[in-house]
Amino acid sequence: MHTDPTPTVDPPVIGTAQGPSAVTAPVPVVGAADGGFLAGLRDATPAGLAAVPLGLAFGVLVAQAGLDWWWGALFAAVVFAGSFEFLLLGLVTAGAALPTIALTALLVNVRHVFYALSFPLHRLPGAAKIYGTFALTDEAWALTASPQAQRWRAARILAIQGGFHLAWVASVTVGALTGALVPDWIVGLDFALTALFIVLGIDAARARRDLPAPFVAVACAAIAGLLVPGGMLVGGIVLFVAFLLVRIAVRRRRAARSAATEERMRASSGVSGERGRVVSGVAGEPGSASPGVGDDRP
Amino acid sequence: MTETAYLAAAVIVSALVTWALRALPFLFLRRLRHSPVLQEIGAALPVGVMTVLVLHTVHEVPPLDPARSIPVLVGLVATAGLHLWRGNALLSIGVGTGLHVLLASTLPGVLA
Repeated sequence: MHTDPTPTVDPPVIGTAQGPSAVTAPVPVVGAADGGFLAGLRDATPAGLAAVPLGLAFGVLVAQAGLDWWWGALFAAVVFAGSFEFLLLGLVTAGAALPTIALTALLVNVRHVFYALSFPLHRLPGAAKIYGTFALTDEAWALTASPQAQRWRAARILAIQGGFHLAWVASVTVGALTGALVPDWIVGLDFALTALFIVLGIDAARARRDLPAPFVAVACAAIAGLLVPGGMLVGGIVLFVAFLLVRIAVRRRRAARSAATEERMRASSGVSGERGRVVSGVAGEPGSASPGVGDDRP
Repeated sequence: MTETAYLAAAVIVSALVTWALRALPFLFLRRLRHSPVLQEIGAALPVGVMTVLVLHTVHEVPPLDPARSIPVLVGLVATAGLHLWRGNALLSIGVGTGLHVLLASTLPGVLA
């Protein structure tokens, strides 16, 4: 039931990995399984297909905003940050100042900072690193976040990124070219962005089984929106990071305390600490949290 | 500034900020990979950011104006419900957006 997946407890998984050598987890013996370019294109296909409706929607919005179709292609190819492109379109049609645009890009895309923790950039040769970092989208990161990806060949990683890039630019371009054909009374395509965030959020929450997080984030956004008019995005993210820091501190203290308690019990009763830990883990009693295990229950 | 120059500048600024956020962390974050705090924040952040972004994209919808709030509400519930049920991103986004477009395009006329 509560097999808490909190990575706090197991930093060695990625943490101590000095390059690929430390990732001794399941390495396929079949060398062919670790393919190159074609394997990468295959990896990128589902994400590329998912990008099609969203890209078409964005292209149509570009056309509806009265911009030439090639602006859509340019946004898609050069900015290449799906969700931010929607926001950027809103900003430029409202004539936002460049510093505002820069700040919004910073805040919306700051999550990418953490992608450096796991993206296998060390597999890419010199100049390819430039493209590898440029095209480090949510999708590219998600597709290369597995421990096995730390060993993939450069061709496979670049094919994932390039394939997805191509699918995105093509979809947006088609949408922008045909957007003029969409009647004016058809509105609301921008909801595709909201839907994308919902899907990415649910996927992320599922992967971590972090149930309180979305609810806390709703509260953070609401508080920020009420306190600072127009500050929901920035304030909400800042408050959420603050929540994460507090949660980490609380877990650490709790882990340290329960470790100390166990130490004392072991010393006094002579019961094997290892055994005690296993039992408490299985029973899952709230009071006997195993050492270091983060408790995701609110 | 002409329209073209403004748009080009906006694209360049956006691209530079985004690329910097994606590339610069590799210069210092690799050495901090073992930091459990950064690991935890990096892993837990997407859920929060996505949730905040969802609210950010809909927070200007007036809740008391049914012609605008009902399409958003239906879209939210349909997308999240479908995704929790089937877990198919294409399906969830397609149906959620389709319902929203349908309602947002027709409801104002029906309710007026």
